[in-house]
Amino acid sequence: MPRPTAALALVALGVLPARADTLTVYTYDSFIGAWGPGPAIEEAFEARCGCDLEWVAVEDAAVLLSRLRLEGEASRADVVLGLDTNLMAEARAEGVVREHGLGPADFDLPIDWSDPVFVPFDYGYFAIVHDSAAAPSPPASLDALTSGEAEPKLIVQDPRTSTPGLGLLLWLKAVYGDDAGDAWRRLSKRILTVTSGWGEAYGLFLEGEAPMVLSYTTSPAYHRLVEGEDRYKAVIFPEGHYMQIEVAAMAAGADRPDLARRFLAFVASPAFQEAIPTGNWMYPAIDLGDALPEVFRALPRPDASILLPPEEVSRNRSAWIREWLEAVGAE
Amino acid sequence: MVGHRPLLWPGLVALCATLGLAGASLAALLARAHALDLSAVFDGYTLRVARFTLLQALLSTLLSVAFAVPVARALARRGSFPGRALLIRSMSLPLVLPVIVAVFGVAAVWGRNGALSHGLQALGLPAMSPLYGLSGILIAHVFFNMPLAVRLLLPVWDAIPGETWRLASQLGMGSLSILRLIEGPRLAAALPGVAVVVFLLCFTSFTVVLALGGGPRATTLEVAIYQALRLEFDLPRAVSLGLLQVALCAAVALVLIRFAPNPPSQPTEGRAAVRPDRAGLAGKVADAVWIAAGGCWVAAPLAAVVLAGLTGPLAAVLGDAEVWAAALRSVAVGLGAGLLAVVLGVLLLATTRDLAARRGRTRLADRLELAGGLTLVVSPVVLGAGLFVLLTPLVPVFDWALALAAVVNGAVAMPYVLRIVGPVLRRTAEHHDRLCASLGFSRRHRLRYVEWPESRAALATALALAAALATGDLTAIALFGTERDATLALLVYRALGGYRMDEAAVLALLLVAVCLLVFVVIEGLSRVCARS
Repeated sequence: MPRPTAALALVALGVLPARADTLTVYTYDSFIGAWGPGPAIEEAFEARCGCDLEWVAVEDAAVLLSRLRLEGEASRADVVLGLDTNLMAEARAEGVVREHGLGPADFDLPIDWSDPVFVPFDYGYFAIVHDSAAAPSPPASLDALTSGEAEPKLIVQDPRTSTPGLGLLLWLKAVYGDDAGDAWRRLSKRILTVTSGWGEAYGLFLEGEAPMVLSYTTSPAYHRLVEGEDRYKAVIFPEGHYMQIEVAAMAAGADRPDLARRFLAFVASPAFQEAIPTGNWMYPAIDLGDALPEVFRALPRPDASILLPPEEVSRNRSAWIREWLEAVGAE
Repeated sequence: MVGHRPLLWPGLVALCATLGLAGASLAALLARAHALDLSAVFDGYTLRVARFTLLQALLSTLLSVAFAVPVARALARRGSFPGRALLIRSMSLPLVLPVIVAVFGVAAVWGRNGALSHGLQALGLPAMSPLYGLSGILIAHVFFNMPLAVRLLLPVWDAIPGETWRLASQLGMGSLSILRLIEGPRLAAALPGVAVVVFLLCFTSFTVVLALGGGPRATTLEVAIYQALRLEFDLPRAVSLGLLQVALCAAVALVLIRFAPNPPSQPTEGRAAVRPDRAGLAGKVADAVWIAAGGCWVAAPLAAVVLAGLTGPLAAVLGDAEVWAAALRSVAVGLGAGLLAVVLGVLLLATTRDLAARRGRTRLADRLELAGGLTLVVSPVVLGAGLFVLLTPLVPVFDWALALAAVVNGAVAMPYVLRIVGPVLRRTAEHHDRLCASLGFSRRHRLRYVEWPESRAALATALALAAALATGDLTAIALFGTERDATLALLVYRALGGYRMDEAAVLALLLVAVCLLVFVVIEGLSRVCARS
């Protein structure tokens, strides 16, 4: 059936709101899954704006940015939701996003945030999550993790294809600087495999293929809250943890800047943020007070958070990936 | 029916459609890139990656095909045993599963915490796992492709006429002579084509290679393309690597095809006869062993997937109306893609059959069929990005997501149709052309009384296989998909991306069931048609 014709008919009958009242938000797939935060956010925003929120989902954050670049001016996006700090500089430089023009909001992040383009919607810390039943005494620091021992085994993601993988690369770079290559050489002894995405790594970890996986400090909250399972834990490293801050922005070619602006203001409101902890399993970007589930308040937090400036990441990423490839023996 | 001029237009239409799709996407990306980056093709990193890609793809192909031949021969010799139909249908399931789910299934059998490892420990032996290295990649690729090769090889035996078997009986030929004199030449003609399909699938493998390869030393060109396109957005580099991939694949495919002799052909009255080497005990044991080995190889990881689904939250997932809507969309994409693949495949085959069977231009015909398979050569990442550049200005891509997914999958599935239906059509021409001409059959009569009855079963198998593959597709639908048009595979992926491994397992089980159903219904309908 030719869908546009059908859609027109439905618009004429008043069943569908007309295109003009549609806000199109590009995001990544797991965000809009049945268990992700998307459905609740859509419902809450539609009730406020009297419009239709349409999600367009791609595989992950990196694909999100390359999609916007590929589409260029033909893009239908009004809002882009799901880039992270590592992709901000390029998104800005490529001109696929524009300033939101909103006043300052009351964010609750480990770092100060004021940006004319990007609105943070959640954050987390990368961490080595372990199965305490299989690895009762996991490495207690980044130094111990990269000591050169081969056990217990660790599954990580590839920095060329995955944001957590890139996160680990930047983590080691920030902590070890010019010695990051040596740290990787030692770490690679305990790496069982390097997967293309987070889902493969975490799935293999849950199957018991390795007792440790690169994920987030908030991952144990999922198992505690949904499964009542206490065995998965994240150890807090004294060297500090690399952060991921996920951001939203108005697309450069937004047809409905007014609606997009309203949505970005909505991102910093409790109605949006309450869907984050148990939907995306990350920390909300504002202080939710008692609305933050107890499990999240009980999670151990890093003493120090690490985040390299977006411009520095953008400038050096290729060189650092090459350094990583050399260190782990692929060059 | 030998016309004065070769029957070229159907093949041209099919090639324009499939190669056009692949070529236009590459061209669109190239136009966007403004330039090629040939240094990308010759830097040390690319060369090492290309060498590893070739190595793993060749080894995977060799092992898959070497394993598939005895399994297919055993299945062909034992034409009826309980569970045979189910076993053959399950042979297409590994390729239907979302790759990530299949990887979990393989790990559940072969992994460090898998069944094999536990079995060894129970026997007092040290636990071991062959995964996470080249051997892991090979195990997974043989899991995907051995069963596919079996499906694509089975028609070889269907094509052996009853007269040949009667002659073999009269001559008292044993199993070895049959293999050497009857099956050998036919296998030699079919194997290169099957090997090309398997090789192309292994060459562009991505998720499996990274997940089970143990580290970035196991990197395929597809990963390098992904990195260039999606992480660095270096279009000149991405297109150059994409072209390198096409060139390497086409070169290997051409070499393989050169080895293919013409299949032997003889007229038949179509009377069935039983091959004479079925009775011996040694043969029975050997067949049982090969069928069991092939069956277990495929069934064990599948069983892990099914078991994970059955122990998951069945009621919660299956009680969700959106899940069933997604299942319907998956089937719609599958059937659309299957029909398109069959139509395109038959069009191309009409031309290649005319060239091969009636004009002696077999090599040209084989090359054209090879060209029809080139959509498998273009990196899915490049194909996707190119299509996007191409289509975004022309149509509202998201509103047409399902239709576009069906088109892409149809073009990609055409090579399977060529392999399954091609031999049947050529044989029909060789066997019936003269009779049809002497009876003065019209085109319509010929279609109704000759072509359709002869090729119906093969068409149904090809349609079912192409439809099942597209039903499980993730690549195309993930590219175009929006919130409304989620298919089952996409739901699996979304669940996996948000900790919901148990729900993903149930969804994957449903996907397996739906694909099996597609098979059963299509092949069942074909049999109903045969009776009426």
